[in-house]
Amino acid sequence: MNEIDLHKVGVRGINSHLHNLPKNTNEKHWIIHNPMGQHSIACGIDAPLQIDIRGHVGFYCGGMNKDAELTIHGHAGVGTAENMMSGVVWVKGNSSESAGATGNGGLLVIDGDASSRCGISMKGIDIVVGGSVGHMSAFMAQRGNLVVCGDAGDALGDSIYEARLYVKGKVASLGADCIEKEMHAEHLADLERLLKAAKRKEKPSEFRRYGSARKLYNFSVDHADAY
Amino acid sequence: MDKTPPTLPRKSATFDDYTLSEIRRAAITGIYDIRGGGAKRKLPHFDDLLFLGASISRYPLEGYREKCGTNVVLGTRHAKKPIELKIPITIAGMSFGSLSAQAKEALGRGATIAGTSTTTGDGGMTPEERGQSKTLVYQYLPSRYGMNPDDLRKADAIEVVIGQGAKPGGGGMLLGQKISDRVAAMRCLPKGIDQRSACRHPDWTGPDDLEIKINELREITNWEKPIYVKIGGARPYYDVALAVKAGADVVVLDGMQGGTAATQEVFIEHVGQPTLACIRPAVRALQELGMHRKVQLIVSGGIRNGADVAKALALGVDAVSIGTAALVALGDNDPHLEAEYNALGTTAGAYDDWHEGRDPAGITTQDPGLAKRLDPVKAGRRLSNYLKVMTLEAQTIARANGKSHVHNLEPEDLCALTIEAAAMAQVPLAGTDWIPGRSGY
Repeated sequence: MNEIDLHKVGVRGINSHLHNLPKNTNEKHWIIHNPMGQHSIACGIDAPLQIDIRGHVGFYCGGMNKDAELTIHGHAGVGTAENMMSGVVWVKGNSSESAGATGNGGLLVIDGDASSRCGISMKGIDIVVGGSVGHMSAFMAQRGNLVVCGDAGDALGDSIYEARLYVKGKVASLGADCIEKEMHAEHLADLERLLKAAKRKEKPSEFRRYGSARKLYNFSVDHADAY
Repeated sequence: MDKTPPTLPRKSATFDDYTLSEIRRAAITGIYDIRGGGAKRKLPHFDDLLFLGASISRYPLEGYREKCGTNVVLGTRHAKKPIELKIPITIAGMSFGSLSAQAKEALGRGATIAGTSTTTGDGGMTPEERGQSKTLVYQYLPSRYGMNPDDLRKADAIEVVIGQGAKPGGGGMLLGQKISDRVAAMRCLPKGIDQRSACRHPDWTGPDDLEIKINELREITNWEKPIYVKIGGARPYYDVALAVKAGADVVVLDGMQGGTAATQEVFIEHVGQPTLACIRPAVRALQELGMHRKVQLIVSGGIRNGADVAKALALGVDAVSIGTAALVALGDNDPHLEAEYNALGTTAGAYDDWHEGRDPAGITTQDPGLAKRLDPVKAGRRLSNYLKVMTLEAQTIARANGKSHVHNLEPEDLCALTIEAAAMAQVPLAGTDWIPGRSGY
């Protein structure tokens, strides 16, 4: 196990060190102390490292992550794991706006609540939120799964494409072209897999599924009122 | 002689033929007109400026003998690896999706021969484009279509796109007919559906966040790559100042003549400012911050020839960027395709339904049969020829004004033909020492 103190080396020092590790390094487990809410901690990692961040982080922690498993033992700021490609980012606390934005792959787990725009423009990432998500979550969500164990705010899934949304609690309102859909066996299986991966106790049968009505996929003037 | 002479039929200047046709079209279809390109209306432009040349008060350089530099270095503020271009003319961002893979390759080839950069677009980086472009700028757009850290690291510079001149404040739409299997896969979306591009970035809001976002991109790429910020010609003084504050190495400013792959005609023609009107406020913002020439300014939108290049540089710009003109050099709207343009209900020089994907020149299409009409090697050569001509023209003008580098051109080398252009460019009206807005009147 290797430890780095952000207070001593700064964000640049940490990222530079993690980026420059050889691909086949044996130094796979890293602990980052004193993150102090700084931005862009452990972004752009491209190796199967295990990184524990002991405290709160600012914007874009784990941004564009590939292969690494990051755990944030605290709260996270805006854009956690934005554009993640693969690996895991796990927030033990709450996460601010745009968590998992445009993510292409991997798993983002937020044990607490996420704020607005969680999963915005998601492109294949799986996101499991233990608490609730704010308004405009999964806006223009293209692909992947968003699981919300609490409630969802207004305009969930506005202008959604092919992402799948699962919410256990209340949905304040659905956005344009987002509708409730039937839960089939494949969805229940997907949900079970995701809940298990996120170490959640909820049962798949407790969730409702939402997705695209696909009415806005090709522009028609008769749908103009929907925008 | 007692017959009353008839008055000639008189058409309205307000309700002209184009306006009438658009009312009829709207009434039939119920949909606003979508097209590609930039503003087509007549606007104050570089044609309204003239260079003074040299005589007794200024000393010229020998046209074919004395050196006149054209190189430009971009990204000197923060990047470990700034890029150096041989000429101050770059190729603007145009997406694979709106353009064929052949056209993107041709842009890369032409730019590389001429010693300049080309730019990806909203849809990711293709291997053809990366392979044929010595210097490639990777756009970071609100949609993040195709965005990934591997391509980010392969890029020579990163351009955070906030807006573009044809539609400042607007997103984009690639209509379903251009969404081939390959385009759809690169954008993680089903084939054949309209692909909207958001008008705002998904994970930052406002200039303070932009600074944090730029820092993230620097962290991911180890502070190596120049980071550009591209804006449309909305409020250039404030937007340039905020881009500099957010940490941009380079600001790209696109006026309303700058083209788009597709948007509403009403947006293109009625939102944003002309390129000429944007430059001086942008330069003033840089000067007031002490960042002129430290943060480089690239201007685009209606650059057509070496005179336009020289005039933009004289007003304080570091480099210009071309999109529409580059497509024309590749073969867009060529008169030899007139019969095919006629079959599409248009004429060579006016074809702008790029979103329909039926371009007979094989440039703004994803139809394999049409796209293969464009030979990327020959088209790339045409582009490089054109870039070289523009450069020679700009050098000719610079030497005539006594400048050993095109960047030494200055506003004092210019006069304006119209009061409007004099006011916008802040140079004297020809034959006077009057700069509107200065000296109290």
